[in-house]
Amino acid sequence: MKNDERPLIACPQCDLLMREIPLPSKGAACCCRCGATLYRNLPDSLNRSLAFSISSAILFIIVNSFPLLGINLQGNANAVTLLQAVQSLWDQGMHLVSSLTFITAIFVPALEMGLMLYLLVPIRIGLVPPGVSPIMRLLQIIKPWGMVEVFMLGILVSLVKLVQDFRIIPGVALWSFVGLTVMLAAVASSFNPRDIWAHLDKDNDGKID
Amino acid sequence: MIDPASSAAAQGFCACHVCGLVVPMHNEESPARCPRCNTTLRFRKPDSMMRCWALLIAAYLFYLPANLLTMMETGTLISYRKDTILSGIIHLWNNGNPGIAVIVFIASIMVPIFKLIVLTLLLLSVRRGSRWGLKHRIQLYRIVEMVGRWSMLDIYVLTILAALVQIQSMATVKAGTGSIFFGAVVVLTMFAAMEFDPRMMWDSLREKESV
Ligand SMILES: [Zn+2]
Ligand SMILES: [Zn+2]
Repeated sequence: MKNDERPLIACPQCDLLMREIPLPSKGAACCCRCGATLYRNLPDSLNRSLAFSISSAILFIIVNSFPLLGINLQGNANAVTLLQAVQSLWDQGMHLVSSLTFITAIFVPALEMGLMLYLLVPIRIGLVPPGVSPIMRLLQIIKPWGMVEVFMLGILVSLVKLVQDFRIIPGVALWSFVGLTVMLAAVASSFNPRDIWAHLDKDNDGKID
Repeated sequence: MIDPASSAAAQGFCACHVCGLVVPMHNEESPARCPRCNTTLRFRKPDSMMRCWALLIAAYLFYLPANLLTMMETGTLISYRKDTILSGIIHLWNNGNPGIAVIVFIASIMVPIFKLIVLTLLLLSVRRGSRWGLKHRIQLYRIVEMVGRWSMLDIYVLTILAALVQIQSMATVKAGTGSIFFGAVVVLTMFAAMEFDPRMMWDSLREKESV
């Protein structure tokens, strides 16, 4: 392909207009004016993101079914699941803080995983699910609000604070939460939106090579 | 042919912010739609400056109560204390957890201040059409985008402690009103960073060309 026929690309951070260049496997194209990463060539991105999405969905279900942490003080014990923690704060009248935790640590991660599976499972078996564009847009909007890795740090800080006064009983969900954090990071680094669009283009007119 | 040193907007092209497709857009009369994903195409985020200022000013207003009001109330059989964000960090530091104290200090004090100051400076520089240090400013913007979420740390610690430490009258933790304002500051500054369109900074180069 001659240089002048390659597709145009505009940098999302400085709007410089460039032509796409072919990339080696695992390579990344950067904007030559501001250095922003424009796109990456991730081998086997659809299969990998699907595998990681399924693992994170399973871990997410485990995380939400078992107590995260328990404490024990002279025989008096208390343990909560993630959802119970949110519920307890809501009952204490802290509605904003409770909703914030619910949205960023439960709702958005769940929605993100659900949408990823809705997109990737049909594409994997050769179909195009309806509503790809609005879903890609939605994924883009909600992405900054999924904060599982920050919550993980929150658990660690809480542990350090609690360990002085209480005996800690780590729950099943705690270990699953570590796994969930890792899996969601793997999804984020393996998912390549360009592959989804390329797949759509192929399906629509067959002109894209 | 395309000009290798000029923005897409200056050459009549608009990139779709969802799928990245570059579409020629020579007449601006009606908002066009992306032929691939049907998103409304815009050269820049609409009213970016105004929205960003509004969110930022609201964040400044909430910043003081977030730091002055009680974040957490801790009660045991022998003691009762009310902590603001800062006094909580000092308490952690003095009670043998300097490492954790530093982490909480960075996430709860440094990051919000950094975001407020950097976004204010970026907005002022765009308003003045400054061409100075574009590469440094875009890096500041990227840092703001990246670190903003970590301020939620204190909200999460509070949620976990307030839910877990409810052992009759022996030990209780309650969230204070400061946490509402603090949560609002985190959310408002995140929205402000999202509304800011970094491409506006580089538009100052385009104005120079057209003169
Ligand atoms: Zn750029
Ligand atoms: Zn599009």
